[in-house]
Amino acid sequence: MRKAGQPNQLMILIPAFNEEGAIADVIREVNQVMPRVPVLVVDDASRDDTVGRAKSAGGDVLRLPHHLGLGGCVQAGYKLAYELGYDYVIRVDGDGQHDPKYIPALLDVLRRTGCHMVIGSRFVQKNGTHTSAVRAIGIWVFRLVLRPILGKPVRDPTSGFVGVNKETLQVFTGSFPLEYPEIEALVVLQRKRFRFEEVPVQMRKRKAGRSTITAIKSLYYIIHVLLGVFVNILKFEGRRRKK
Amino acid sequence: MDRLLNVMTILSIALMAAVLFSVRRSHIRVEYSVSWLGAGLILLLLSRSPAALYWIAEKLGLADPPLALLILVFCVFLVVIYRLSVVISDLKDANIAMAQRLAILEFELQSLNEKR
Repeated sequence: MRKAGQPNQLMILIPAFNEEGAIADVIREVNQVMPRVPVLVVDDASRDDTVGRAKSAGGDVLRLPHHLGLGGCVQAGYKLAYELGYDYVIRVDGDGQHDPKYIPALLDVLRRTGCHMVIGSRFVQKNGTHTSAVRAIGIWVFRLVLRPILGKPVRDPTSGFVGVNKETLQVFTGSFPLEYPEIEALVVLQRKRFRFEEVPVQMRKRKAGRSTITAIKSLYYIIHVLLGVFVNILKFEGRRRKK
Repeated sequence: MDRLLNVMTILSIALMAAVLFSVRRSHIRVEYSVSWLGAGLILLLLSRSPAALYWIAEKLGLADPPLALLILVFCVFLVVIYRLSVVISDLKDANIAMAQRLAILEFELQSLNEKR
């Protein structure tokens, strides 16, 4: 992978854990939509052939020495992108749920509006996206909790289809939630008074593998994320300065 | 009461002996043995001084000194567990940062080798 030689350069980041069934197709789709844009797969110590399939499809692979979980995996990619001088990073999941055809729309909003983070949202427009009942309840709870914290509504706080600019990259290299990072990341950004926008996307069903959030883990997920949000509120720099 | 205190004495001595044995065999690092040895020593002193236990029970408004002993045991171990949680959290953060750094350095080394 080369250093970003020109300004406004984009990197596509794909966190992957045991995604040998889908990763190659995802990389090829990204390359079709965004030719010549570097694709970095961060392999979270997969036990299958994710690394081999990713390399054969033309992706660069950052291999973690042991399993860190989604947050640690994504943060490793952000750190490398920041060190290589990239200005924008768009994260696409390795299971095929995120359709790369929306990447240009996300990038356009990042560049045009100057916002710090853009979220590919299933719920900006009613586009027939289906989600499980448990997840739908979770999203509803998170929307309610986040609305007063963020000062504006967020329709799809659990979406991992996100793009960030360089300022956000810098923040995330120092502080990024390690488990279930999407929602807490919004609060981390709010602490810095950063702006986010949502772009309508349609999610697909995963091509292979299993979701990390099973039905049993859902309750733990909700409690963990709410606790993480609460802890991040306590870290608000404005509050610290007032003391 | 006496029987409870004797049991507590034996347990605290056993705890300290186990910790010292583990330190000797390098299963526990010296810095992390201090909390456990401190906890064992506190329990040993309390179990051997009923007067202190009666005094603490009175200050806590407890009619039953054994209950005061149990509460103190609980508090001592709570402090030890809290301290270990802090240590584990620090180690986990350091471990993640190190794993990420190692992966990035390995990636850069590989890129350099490919360029040659």
